[in-house]
Amino acid sequence: MDATVAPTYVLTGETGDWEVVVGLEVHAQVISAAKLFSGASTTFGAAPNSQVSLVDAAMPGMLPVINRACVEQAVRTGLGLRAHINHRSVFARKNYFYADLPQGYQISQYELPVVGEGKVILDMPDGSSRTVGIERLHLEQDAGKSLHDQHPTKSFIDLNRSGVALMEIVSKPDMRSPEEAGAYLRKLRSILRYLGTCDGNMEEGSMRADVNVSVRPVGDTGLRTRCELKNVNSVRFVMQAIEIEAQRHIEIWESGGEVEQETRLFDPAKGETRSMRNKEEAHDYRYFPDPDLLPLEFDAAFVEGIRETLPELPDEKKARFISDYALTPYDASVLVVDRREADFFEAVAKGRDGKTAANWVISTLFGTLNKMGVGVDDSPVSAENLGKLIDLIADDTISGRIAKEVYEIMVDTGAAPDAIVEERGLKQVTDTGAIEAAIDQVMAANPDKVEEVRGGKEKLLGWFTGQVMKATQGKANPGMVNELLKKKMGG
Amino acid sequence: MTKLTDLTIAEARKGLDRGDFTAVELADAHLAAMEAHAGLNAYITPTPERARERAAASDARIAKGEAGAMEGIPIAMKDLFCTDGTRTTAGSNILGNFVPPYESTVSENLWKAGAVMLGKANLDEFAMGSSNLTSAFGSVVNPWTRTDAPERKLVPGGSSGGSAAAVAARLALGATGTDTGGSIRQPASFCGITGLKPTYGRCSRWGIVAFASSLDQAGPMARSVEDVAIMLGAMAGHDPKDSTSAPVAVPDFTAAIEQGVKGLTVGIPKEYKPEEGLSPEIEAIWTRGMEMLKDAGAKTVEISLPHTKYALAAYYIVAPAEASSNLARYDGVRYGLRVVEDGDGLNDMYCKTRAAGFGAEVKRRILIGTYALSAGYYDAYYLKAQKVRSLIAKDFKDAFDNGVDVILTPTTPSAAFALDEEVTDPVTMYLNDVFTVPTSLAGLPGLSVPVALTEQGLPQGLQLIGRPFDEETVLRAGRALEKAAAFTAKPRLLEG
Repeated sequence: MDATVAPTYVLTGETGDWEVVVGLEVHAQVISAAKLFSGASTTFGAAPNSQVSLVDAAMPGMLPVINRACVEQAVRTGLGLRAHINHRSVFARKNYFYADLPQGYQISQYELPVVGEGKVILDMPDGSSRTVGIERLHLEQDAGKSLHDQHPTKSFIDLNRSGVALMEIVSKPDMRSPEEAGAYLRKLRSILRYLGTCDGNMEEGSMRADVNVSVRPVGDTGLRTRCELKNVNSVRFVMQAIEIEAQRHIEIWESGGEVEQETRLFDPAKGETRSMRNKEEAHDYRYFPDPDLLPLEFDAAFVEGIRETLPELPDEKKARFISDYALTPYDASVLVVDRREADFFEAVAKGRDGKTAANWVISTLFGTLNKMGVGVDDSPVSAENLGKLIDLIADDTISGRIAKEVYEIMVDTGAAPDAIVEERGLKQVTDTGAIEAAIDQVMAANPDKVEEVRGGKEKLLGWFTGQVMKATQGKANPGMVNELLKKKMGG
Repeated sequence: MTKLTDLTIAEARKGLDRGDFTAVELADAHLAAMEAHAGLNAYITPTPERARERAAASDARIAKGEAGAMEGIPIAMKDLFCTDGTRTTAGSNILGNFVPPYESTVSENLWKAGAVMLGKANLDEFAMGSSNLTSAFGSVVNPWTRTDAPERKLVPGGSSGGSAAAVAARLALGATGTDTGGSIRQPASFCGITGLKPTYGRCSRWGIVAFASSLDQAGPMARSVEDVAIMLGAMAGHDPKDSTSAPVAVPDFTAAIEQGVKGLTVGIPKEYKPEEGLSPEIEAIWTRGMEMLKDAGAKTVEISLPHTKYALAAYYIVAPAEASSNLARYDGVRYGLRVVEDGDGLNDMYCKTRAAGFGAEVKRRILIGTYALSAGYYDAYYLKAQKVRSLIAKDFKDAFDNGVDVILTPTTPSAAFALDEEVTDPVTMYLNDVFTVPTSLAGLPGLSVPVALTEQGLPQGLQLIGRPFDEETVLRAGRALEKAAAFTAKPRLLEG
């Protein structure tokens, strides 16, 4: 990150100002039909131990065979992160004992990961951008699940998840605030979903984050000891955890202590982090190249073949929305977070005024969807109908006020706006005669007010407009009403 | 007529096809011999019912003219190959009651070719050993004895000691072995039979209980070079389930063996004549082997394999390192032995299970391997050993690139030793592998052929080493040696 930019997130301690340094390791479960090294299914939510092959259970003599589809997904993700793709990478064993780790080691990548350095561009709420470096992405096996709440004295093991492919995406320590970490996670999730390589569901655990946190006095450039907060499972918790952990560090440093490098757990209920294991208790994973697997090698054509199938990604889409639809960077970044929402917007905006379309989609439609708790795919108002509604305003068939009414009816019924307008007689009155008649009526009923306007109290004109609109049940074209009123008052 | 148990596989195949005897009769003859010589402890789990059933099925196929290359041939299966529905122990208490629900690729290939399993052969625990003394199911006794001490029981070598003893004692026409650092060749030499470690990747490792993945290779053990060629043809082949299995075609190995050695260049590595260790007697047998090949038309040249002296040290880093990781799965959680008491936590269960389940040699190697891979030691041990391994492979490659077709060495530095010979330190035991380990580290094919008896009347084999995937030249040279040596001696156990 640009060192000349003044820190935006400053923690004030007793001895001075501190900034926080954050790096994230995200474990993203790969979308694939089969596991990384076995043919067993990866479907979420199946009965315990129903999706376990002999390889996943580490039966004697079983051997891993790499799943090409998972490699393609990793490369695809690497391309989406504008990262260097390593044509040769090596699987290594990470050795440790745990009941839900059947082999006694996790097959991972250590010295030579499949994807090298890349970057993620963050869209901050003020419309500005920040770049966070990606250190690497590697493929590895997920472990099974230990279930400790099924029996009073025993733990149960479910191996359905054992061997499912994970991408570990390691960022550089480039984030300087909880907001940036949150923006990074949201952007990464957005990219993964665009690519179709991970569903990004943190609640189901298909995307999990380990958060590395350290602090330093504002102005310092060196890094101080960091702590790793394991398996934080929502964007909100990640942001909270950083805040709490940074505060803990500052208190230790300011009281003359020394932060110890350790792995900690974030407890959202208590709002604290707790030590899991310190440096001395840290595992020695005894990494070494897995002799059951050859180095993973592919050629440029393999990578190019994948590159050709990449969709337009959020950053490119955002740039295009800004230039094609004259959107503000902020609106564009909101619209591109979800590919389906972006597509919806484009369907609405095509051939229409982009800003108007963006306003309707962001302020009105997203509000409706939020209230209903549904995604854009289940929107009661189709993109086609929302577009038609905007057309009806643009060609003066209805006023903006009536449009809101029509929209509410569309939400309730799913009907097309033109049909609603027709059926309910909401068409804007643009017939000069009809409007004049209404004006005459209102003026005749309020001669005293007419005199006041003519006497110079121009403010009262608005009151007359309102009365005329009321008399026409809002259907009169407000512009025309104003124009005709002025003419008659003057005459 | 020759006893059925004395036939070679090739002879038995002809006899079966001619209808001289049935596969059931052949199996029964071996099952009877197995009972008569149960004291050798060559088998952990005999499978007589299965043998008769499969033999009957073979007879039916022979009658229909659908005989496979190994049709009706009774063999011993090293108890490291997982066999569907038949207990597979790896010679360890930790798998003492393990019955796999799957069949290893190599054994499956043999059954498809018509072979009949007599039982699961004894071995050193997890194939770690050169004596068969480390088996949790008791030592195997070598059917051979010394002329000067005929009562003294000898080891059959290891780790494929049960396989070698079974073939030598006529308790099987052939047997499967696995070789990580010499586990086929050394017991073949100790028991006076022929054994081949194929090129790494020639046979699938799928379904073989792993010891050291980058070295383990299955191979045949039998009483002639031809038999070994027949068996290898049935065992070998690319297996998509094993990423390290080579996608190369399997040639007709038997077609190559009678081509002779005329015009072949045989390399004699000078580093295999250590100043101390190699007895004059073994050196003399080696020299006789050279003469035999020369007489058959080959040319011998002295070659140098300069990094040979580092091979054993490198092997005893690499193999235990891989083993320490491969054996982590035996944790009492999913299958095999579990030792746990009320109130024990997960770590207690691990410790108790593995303490009770593994023998001393296995524990020693897990500790060595864990140490070698530990942070701070990895570069000095594991990484350095891998570098040595590359240099050793390059030594061999240079020799072959310089026109050598096959390399001749002794298989072992000494003949079989006694069961009760006190092995004071494990390193002395490891020295048994000094001539076989370099081939393993280089992944090359190595064949041991019995050539002569020592002064004490014990068999001694010579090793032929070839280019990667050139088992054919190795077998050719082996056949020439076999013909010239005319090794017909039998264990005294079988006399009278």
